[in-house]
Amino acid sequence: MEKRSRSFYVLAAFFAVFLVFLYGPTITIAILSFQGPQGGLTFPMRGVSLHWFHDLFEQQAVGDIWGSFSRSLTLGLMVMVTTVVVSVMGGLAFRKRFPGSGAIFYLIITSLVIPSILVSLGVGLIFSQSGLAVHWSTSGFGAQLTWTLPFGLLIMFAVFNRFDKSYEEAARDQGASAWQTVRYVVLPIIAPMLIGVALFGFTLSYDEFARTLLTAGSYNTLPLEIYGMTTNVTTPVIFALGTLTTAFSFGIIGLFLAIVVILNKRRSRHGSDAGKGMV
Amino acid sequence: MTDQTQPVSSTAPAAKARAKAPFSLSRLPDAVTGWLLSLPLVLVLFFFLLLPIAMIVVVSFWGATEFSIYPAFQFDNYEFLLTSPVTYQVFLNTVKYALITWAITLVIGFTVAYFLAFHVRTLTWQIVLFLLCTIPFWTSNIIRMISWIPFLGRNGIANSTLISMGVIDEPLEWLLFSDFSVILAFVHLYTLFMVVPIFNTMMRIDRSLIEAAYDNGASGLQTLTNVIIPLTKPGIMIGSIFVVTLVMGDFITVRFMSGSQKANVGRLISNDIALLQYPSAAATAVILLITVLLVISILLRFVDIRKEL
Repeated sequence: MEKRSRSFYVLAAFFAVFLVFLYGPTITIAILSFQGPQGGLTFPMRGVSLHWFHDLFEQQAVGDIWGSFSRSLTLGLMVMVTTVVVSVMGGLAFRKRFPGSGAIFYLIITSLVIPSILVSLGVGLIFSQSGLAVHWSTSGFGAQLTWTLPFGLLIMFAVFNRFDKSYEEAARDQGASAWQTVRYVVLPIIAPMLIGVALFGFTLSYDEFARTLLTAGSYNTLPLEIYGMTTNVTTPVIFALGTLTTAFSFGIIGLFLAIVVILNKRRSRHGSDAGKGMV
Repeated sequence: MTDQTQPVSSTAPAAKARAKAPFSLSRLPDAVTGWLLSLPLVLVLFFFLLLPIAMIVVVSFWGATEFSIYPAFQFDNYEFLLTSPVTYQVFLNTVKYALITWAITLVIGFTVAYFLAFHVRTLTWQIVLFLLCTIPFWTSNIIRMISWIPFLGRNGIANSTLISMGVIDEPLEWLLFSDFSVILAFVHLYTLFMVVPIFNTMMRIDRSLIEAAYDNGASGLQTLTNVIIPLTKPGIMIGSIFVVTLVMGDFITVRFMSGSQKANVGRLISNDIALLQYPSAAATAVILLITVLLVISILLRFVDIRKEL
């Protein structure tokens, strides 16, 4: 093997520092969340305890975090399913140009780049002016979709740009209907990427803040609840909460990645036959 | 296992079904299929993107009392906004944040992507290290902001380390609740929006082009500036679009990391909202939207996103 150049080591060191920069703060609050009961928001550690995690389960100490957690979880799953379905349909639609596809594409880009607070403000205004009550499962749900759908669609566009159309032609030649082709050929092939879209849909919703701010109504989602805590909580309990929800996110990411790995393994075991990949 | 044989055996019924059902998907013209398939998407974007934007534009001409807003067609909100020196100051500050963050994330993002794409040799390691860079994207931004507090506070890790090393005698006051901490948080949150598209573009560069450059006697630096950077431009542009729009539209990072001491346009809007001054918030939002779309349309001239996916 070719010898590593000096620039490799310089760049590797740079990359390592970048990773420390990315993860260092998160690891720090994870450590600090185990502060003793007298501990403060920074080092030194005054003892080690689960005191602040225990506090999370006391209603009066932190407000309604478990209620907001279950709302965020439900909303995340709703957004995830919708994002996957709508993105796949959109991806299929965009494989052929049709009148209006250009305009829709720019609409998607707009949805991605528009400052989140505009969506929040606009959706909030529409609901309040038409006399509807804002609620996380209606206005909040729609506002979050404007953030998750562009990511899902861009992934689907990328997937279909690389999609080998001869699989479909083979299916059609053998007499499969359009629906059969999609169901038994296209979907199994793109399944691992759909897991990726689902991951984006769920996590972006679960962590979404700005677009939910004015559209969630009187019941907060978890990020809104955490944000509320930042203004009046000055104890490590907020680190404990941060650590728990980050651990939850890592768990979700790990779960999705594991599914992708398993799908890919299974596929390579069965050879390249697409029809078998779905089992 | 039966699935594999099913399409073969069902040839005749499938053909029959197609002949029978006049509304079968495959018989529809492409345009109609396209419209039907993108209908859910269009509905969502119509009700939760277009309509809200229209509503904001409408409300920006409305009037407001202390407690309520009323329909009107007046230019008061814009007049107030465009004649107030605060507006220009805040817009300038927003552009400043965007430019500084853009420059830093570009340098870091390019370097990281370059390392991953050209110096990491196996695909497995590339994927693993790339995932390490992207995982924070799927965690909470607010938690990631909060996690800077133990570092930057007056008695935080940075200050105590510097003092114990003898670099400074007094704690630095500008570490937290300053432009510094705001930009630090922006860089921390948004660098991966640069890494991902730049890495994506770099991975598509034909490696033989780089070997050709070396074979023709180009140095490493010359290859970088004459071959890799020009070919990476689309990725750089997409990353720039992300970073610039995220920073320009932000209000929460600035508010949290500056301890409400600094302002940008997003905060101007959210302050008006907090005071229930929706028409004035809407007018500021319209100006912000126009600014952002102008910037994007300029950046989009350099890249065809559909081709780059």
